[in-house]
Amino acid sequence: MNRELWEGNQAIAEAAVRGGLEAYFGYPITPQTELLEYLSKRMPELGRAFVQAESELAAINMVYGAATAGARTMTSSSSPGVSLMQEGLSYIAGSEVPCVIVDMMRGGPGLGNISPGQADYNQLVRGGGHGDYHSLVLAPSTIQEAVTLTYNAFDLAEKYRGIVVIAADGNIGQMMEPVVMPPMRQIGHADRGWELSGAAGRPRRIISSIGLDPEVMERINARLQARYREIEANEVRFAERQTEDADLLVVAFGSAARIAQTAIREARARGIRVGLFRPITLWPFPYQRLAELAQRIPRLLVVEMNAGQMLNDVRLAVGPQAVVSFYGRTGGQVPMPEEILAQIGGMAPTPSTNGARAIALL
Amino acid sequence: MLAETMTVVYERPETLLPVVSHYCPGCSHGIIHRLVAEVIDELGVREQTIGVASVGCSVFSYNYLDYDFAQAPHGRAPAMATGIKRYRPNHVVFTYQGDGDLASIGAAEIIHAAARGENITVIFVNNAVFGMTGGQMAPTTLPHMKTTSSPQGRDVATMGFPIRVSEMLATLDGPAYIVRRAVSDPATINRTKKAIRTAFQAQLHGLGFSMVEILAACPINWDMQPEDALQHIKNAMIPYYPLGDYKVIDAVKALA
Repeated sequence: MNRELWEGNQAIAEAAVRGGLEAYFGYPITPQTELLEYLSKRMPELGRAFVQAESELAAINMVYGAATAGARTMTSSSSPGVSLMQEGLSYIAGSEVPCVIVDMMRGGPGLGNISPGQADYNQLVRGGGHGDYHSLVLAPSTIQEAVTLTYNAFDLAEKYRGIVVIAADGNIGQMMEPVVMPPMRQIGHADRGWELSGAAGRPRRIISSIGLDPEVMERINARLQARYREIEANEVRFAERQTEDADLLVVAFGSAARIAQTAIREARARGIRVGLFRPITLWPFPYQRLAELAQRIPRLLVVEMNAGQMLNDVRLAVGPQAVVSFYGRTGGQVPMPEEILAQIGGMAPTPSTNGARAIALL
Repeated sequence: MLAETMTVVYERPETLLPVVSHYCPGCSHGIIHRLVAEVIDELGVREQTIGVASVGCSVFSYNYLDYDFAQAPHGRAPAMATGIKRYRPNHVVFTYQGDGDLASIGAAEIIHAAARGENITVIFVNNAVFGMTGGQMAPTTLPHMKTTSSPQGRDVATMGFPIRVSEMLATLDGPAYIVRRAVSDPATINRTKKAIRTAFQAQLHGLGFSMVEILAACPINWDMQPEDALQHIKNAMIPYYPLGDYKVIDAVKALA
């Protein structure tokens, strides 16, 4: 396996192609545009569908259409574009068809800027559009991880007949790292039993998210919720580093977790025992594992590139017994390791209400 | 002996399902559904057809038309149809949209599907009003026409002018076939059916975007008797929305 230098956006695009992407629809927006540009060349050369849509609204509805027709299909965007897609995502969830969305998050709200951000957390994790639904949200912290998650995202989307989101940010999208690309998968599949392929030799099929009768609509909701419980049982993913002897646990995802890792290394060099807990699935959130860890390490520092969105999930996980601090940068600002290190140091002397022993000072 | 001399001169098209209609008395959707079904049957393409229903009264068009169907968000049927057609280019893909759906919330999607020359067929039912929500002003509502959201009549000074969609889309280079027809009497109905047939044939020959705009009656929301509503199409709708062929490329003409 060769390690090759790839830009994040292009690496994700190639990983999607190798994972079996058959139809891509997108709209230019920084910092994900290279993904669209790459596929504008790559998809036609493989005889696969590529359309630059007139808007993110159209792009997500093209994805919706291709998904109903049984395609492995994807779109990519960044925060304001993903906001526009929420209508289509709600319909896709309600219709129970699979697709993959890449969100290279940037600074917001509003037009914001093109610098990296993580403030789409709530939008992506809580559903985002109207109605009770969830997307399976995967947050890579390296380009290699983004490649692996994207490559396997279509299988997950098809397994659960739903939306899988690759939640990354401008850091992941635009930096370059060595990557081992997975092998090219064959495309094509047997009839899945629900896709629209023309009613040849079978009764026709209808894919719709409508349920005018509330009893019917509630049954659809119950089916969706049962599937979400299944995803929660099967798909929770996280990474832990140096938690065994830790007195303090940093919780961070995506590129914020990598920056935190640098701060943790420095803290350990100064004798502070800090560990890292990094959710890979933002939904389903690893509540259970984090709760277990917090029993042993009841001091936590949550670091995000937003004003504290995952923070709420961390608090839900650990309950009121743990001491939870937060450090966030907003508006496209990326925290420096020194800032996080200062926070780590600052947490140490605070008297604890639960008897946790004080950790070493900076 | 009588049975031997009898021939069937009129029957339900095979792909028009024998179900009770939910449409209002005098509504044109039933006629237009039937025309689509007749054409699909005659072309023999039922098993390769995928329909995209829109939001509005015809949201349930798939209850009547016996094809694989997707149901799009409001206005987005041309985008969904694009996704389906690009993945399954050998299938017959059509949208069935009303004027609120197509000319208002879906204006961007229809323009760009047409501009791309997307090889789909659009059945565009224009009754100048939002039917399903109870008769509000649409982009196609005629000047001075009273609706539940223009109770004094559409004042173009504050509410703008109706959009002539066929004329507008015909300015684009992408479309292969754009015509306006009506379903106000047997003669116009026959011409509408021919146009629907040509539109689907254009798609089958890969000639690009085809759309048949159909002036249709909405007696309930127009507050008219069904017969008067048909007269209203002739007397009020057609003068503002002239019937005609707005874009017919040579390759489509050659099909005839």
